[in-house]
Amino acid sequence: MAGIRYIADPEEHVRAVELDGLSVLFHERSGMTHIVAAPAPEILGALREGPADAQELLRRLSARFAFEGEEAEAAIHARLGELEAAGLVRRA
Amino acid sequence: MRHSLSIQIGPVAFRIGSAWRAPLDALARLYAAYPAPRDGICDFTVRLEPEKPWRRHFRPSVAIKGDYILPDAAPLSLAHGLLAAEMGMNLQMALGQKQYLLLHASSVEKDGRALIMTGESGAGKSTLAALLGERGWRLLGDEFALLDLDSGELLPFPRAVSLKNGAIRALEAEVEPDRFGPRLEGTPKGEIRHMRPNDEALARMGERARPALILFPRFGEAEAVRGVGAAETFMRFTQASTNYVTLGARGFEALNRLIAGSPALAIDYPDSDSAVAMVEGFWRELAA
Amino acid sequence: MRNARLLVQALRDPGSVRNCDWAGLISAARAEQLIGSLAFRMAGRDLPPRVAATFEAARNDAAQARTQALWEGEMARRALAPLGVPMILLKGTAFHAANLDASIGRSVGDLDILVPRASLREVELALIEAGWERVKAADGYDDFYYRRWMHELPPLIHRTRDRMIDVHHTILPLTARPRPDAEALIADSVALESGLRVLSPADMIVHAAAHLIADGDLAGGLRNLWDIDRLLREFGAADPDFWARLQARAGRHQLARAVHRAARLADDLYGTPIPPSWRVRAGVDPLFRARLLARNGWGQERRKLLRFAFYLRSHWLRMPPLMLARHLWIKATR
Repeated sequence: MAGIRYIADPEEHVRAVELDGLSVLFHERSGMTHIVAAPAPEILGALREGPADAQELLRRLSARFAFEGEEAEAAIHARLGELEAAGLVRRA
Repeated sequence: MRHSLSIQIGPVAFRIGSAWRAPLDALARLYAAYPAPRDGICDFTVRLEPEKPWRRHFRPSVAIKGDYILPDAAPLSLAHGLLAAEMGMNLQMALGQKQYLLLHASSVEKDGRALIMTGESGAGKSTLAALLGERGWRLLGDEFALLDLDSGELLPFPRAVSLKNGAIRALEAEVEPDRFGPRLEGTPKGEIRHMRPNDEALARMGERARPALILFPRFGEAEAVRGVGAAETFMRFTQASTNYVTLGARGFEALNRLIAGSPALAIDYPDSDSAVAMVEGFWRELAA
Repeated sequence: MRNARLLVQALRDPGSVRNCDWAGLISAARAEQLIGSLAFRMAGRDLPPRVAATFEAARNDAAQARTQALWEGEMARRALAPLGVPMILLKGTAFHAANLDASIGRSVGDLDILVPRASLREVELALIEAGWERVKAADGYDDFYYRRWMHELPPLIHRTRDRMIDVHHTILPLTARPRPDAEALIADSVALESGLRVLSPADMIVHAAAHLIADGDLAGGLRNLWDIDRLLREFGAADPDFWARLQARAGRHQLARAVHRAARLADDLYGTPIPPSWRVRAGVDPLFRARLLARNGWGQERRKLLRFAFYLRSHWLRMPPLMLARHLWIKATR
């Protein structure tokens, strides 16, 4: 069963700087700055391949990183909620 | 307004209007050695007004108003009028300064490079900067550090230092009496005395400096040093800046440039002398 | 600078202002929330360096204000999209969303939106779900007052972004005498490319005039009137039938008097081109003009008695006398 699908703002609209293990993102559309930890930046990157729900994201991420299992899935759901509240992703 | 005065501090010119003479007389004495605004125009306006019309003469109550206003601010007594004027100028900077990235930090300069110190109120950054200013460093500011959004340089904002409680005694021991304002007792923050920076700091208030080191000082603990990560520094500076958010992308770029160019350290110190020694030590290492 | 005439002159004809009381002009502009608009009107002019730098900073600030305003609109749109309910942007946010001249330099405080009255409850719930919360805890009388008589929900503020949203279901309090046709406002609203909606041009003017003349005590009036000037010029130039349409719409919403007065004041202060037949001498216009200009070069409010008179008037407008008496009694004895 497909879950809620999300879309991320394109890369050109988010300035990203790596600072010792965390990502500082400037989101041009909102004018807001966010400091995020893994796997949030990876989720954003994976979403840029195209809209996806949590299941599909898990597939994309585990294809690239060592990223699977129940904990990973829970992490994705939690981060997606945060990214949506921050406005960095929205529902398709 | 019945009385008015204009003052230039670093790149910022204020005009202060007042319903009473006394606060402006005190302000004029404290800022006598500062230049008047070059072109007669000012950047911000502060107004000291009676809270209600009848509070002008009867139990005078000084409300702090101006271009930018805090709606629920409590008025001050006339005896603290000088403090009201200072708070008014702070408020204009905090709410209205949009030309530079405004950091709630003290800063000093030596050999062309600048040290920025930030932290919670009472952590000692203002006192430390004031002391360094008397020990061969140039005081750039005790409350606000102004960062040029394009070049990343620090602009001096050497307002009269606001010393509180114990710090007053420490500076009185080292500095000539005529550099101090009146002793103000019973303020919300305890005892306050203003001290103007030395002649060199004022003469060179137009000279910028390049940041070299960021410090998070904490007074009252045994000597200790630790490195502070870039992400933590970034976050602490966004919290310590009143205008970071309003500056948008330019603020983001400027803050990143600052952090990329200057290491950050957290220091604990038991007394000012040991703090000064630690700072001198860091400076020697940086120069090497 | 004893009143705001210099500010009005600078907006109306930027080239005519040189060697003036710059500090006074800037303080008055800041006090009237017009510093951004003034800064854009003064762009490119030969100015003293400090003044030029102040205006440049104000223009940059206005750009960020625009970004934030549009973002609030977008986040509200995302929160309400699942409901399928029309959400129409009002005031400054609408000007920015539709890229109107009135948006140039326009600062925006709260997000104002218009939704159908029947959907108020679900809209409020959806906004709360998305992170907005009540500004004050629900309080018996205040809440009752808002929901029964006012044209909007009690204000909500966003938990993390710290920005307010005002949800309206019509453009005047229900207790005011004119009864605008809220359904018609919604039915005639215009969809923008972004998916956001705004009022039709004529309705935008009617709303702005209602806000300025038929509701409130004229605080911030110079800015509201500047909005109206910019809107009238832009809409009037784009559509030869605009004034007839505006007249019809104003009548439909029972706001013809307010719209006419607003237009006369805009012509008087800002030189807005209005039809000759609209230019009549109306007795109390000078009082409105004086109230609008009651700001000096230190940024202080002037004309206390006149302000108080308009303050009383604003209460009168909102409520029939007996209801007003009861309302004030309750508030006083709380």
